Amino acid sequence: MQFFGGTEISPSPPVPTASGNNAHMMYVFNRNGVCLLYREWNRPLKTLSPQQDHKLMFGLLFSLKSLTAKMDPTSVDKGNLGVPQLPGQGCSFHSFRTNTYKLSFMESPSGIKIILVTHPRTGDLRDSLKYIYNLYVEYVVKNPLYSPGTLIRSELFNKTVDQYVRGLG
Amino acid sequence: MAPAAPKSGDVIFASVDRVNAELFTLTYGAIVRQLITDLEEVEEVNKQLDQMGYNIGVRLVDEFLAKSNVSRCVDFRETAEVIAKVGFKMFLGVTASVTNWDAEGTTCSLILEDNPLVDFVELPDTCQGLHYCNILSGVVRGALEMVSMKTEVTWLRDMLRGDDIFELQVKLLKQVPEEYPYKDDE
Repeated sequence: MQFFGGTEISPSPPVPTASGNNAHMMYVFNRNGVCLLYREWNRPLKTLSPQQDHKLMFGLLFSLKSLTAKMDPTSVDKGNLGVPQLPGQGCSFHSFRTNTYKLSFMESPSGIKIILVTHPRTGDLRDSLKYIYNLYVEYVVKNPLYSPGTLIRSELFNKTVDQYVRGLG
Repeated sequence: MAPAAPKSGDVIFASVDRVNAELFTLTYGAIVRQLITDLEEVEEVNKQLDQMGYNIGVRLVDEFLAKSNVSRCVDFRETAEVIAKVGFKMFLGVTASVTNWDAEGTTCSLILEDNPLVDFVELPDTCQGLHYCNILSGVVRGALEMVSMKTEVTWLRDMLRGDDIFELQVKLLKQVPEEYPYKDDE
C-alpha cells in the first residue's frame, strides 16, 4: 500500500476485466448527510469506523463541490468559498481518479448523492449512477413502508444493485 | 453536457405504467369519502389531504427527477413551467398552464382546465368548504420542498365551487441554501 509519490502503482491493480467485479464500494447520502446505504464489495484496507468513514466521505464531497464551483472560470457570479450555495447553483464534478481508485459522484436536485468507488480504469459511470438512482426510486422510494430519510434496509434493492454493479466494465 | 430538459411530459407519460383512470378517480373519491366520515370537520379533511399530498410529494420528486432528466432549473419561472408541462403530464395525464406572475417572479398560478380527480364529483351542501383536490397542493408543496424551495400553495378557483377552471396559486417563500449538515467537528 502506497499513499504518496510514484507514478506507477506497485503492485498495480489488475486491469479491469470485461466480466466486471471492478467496484469497491458505494454510498448513498441524503441532503442532511445521513448515509442511507453503504455497500462494500472489495475493500481490504479499513482505517476508520463506519461513522467516521461516512462523515469523511460526505465532507470530502461537500468541500470538493464548493471548491469546483469556486474555481469555475466561466461563471461570474460565485460566492466566497464555503458560503452555502443553493442546490443546483454552481457547477459540480462527476468523478475523480487517483492511482488506486476512481470515485464517481452524482447528485440529484433533491439532494440524493450516489457515490461509486471503482477500479481507476473504469470508464464514464454517469449513466450507471443515473441507473442506480432509478433503482433507488423503484425499490426504495416507492416502497410505502420506507420512511424517507431513514436507512435503507431492502434486500431486493441490495441484491439488484449488487447484480448491476458486478456487471460494470 | 446534461441532456436538455424535456419540454413536455408526453414521452414519459407514454412510457410509464398507468392504471385505469376510473379506478384512480374512484379510489381517490373513496379516500376523501372515508376522511370525511372519520374526521367529520371539512377543515380537518382539507388539512389531512394536504398532509397526505405532502407525503406523496416528497417521494414523487425523486421519481420525477429520475425519469424526466430534468437536472436543474435556472429560476422559479422555469420550475413552474416544468411542473405544469412535465410534472402534471407525467403523473396526472393532463397539462397545466402557468399565468398570473407577479412582478418579482415569486408568485404564479397553475391553471388546470381538465382534472381527472373530479370526474363524477359534485359537492353536496354539507361539504361546501371542502377543497376536494387539496392533495394536489400538498404534492406540489412537498415536491418543491425537497428541491429546497419553501412554498405556499393555495386554491384560488375550483370547478367544484362553480368556477370555470382550477387555479392553484404557488408562492415561493424562500430558497434554502445547502449547508454542511454536521455541527460538531470531531
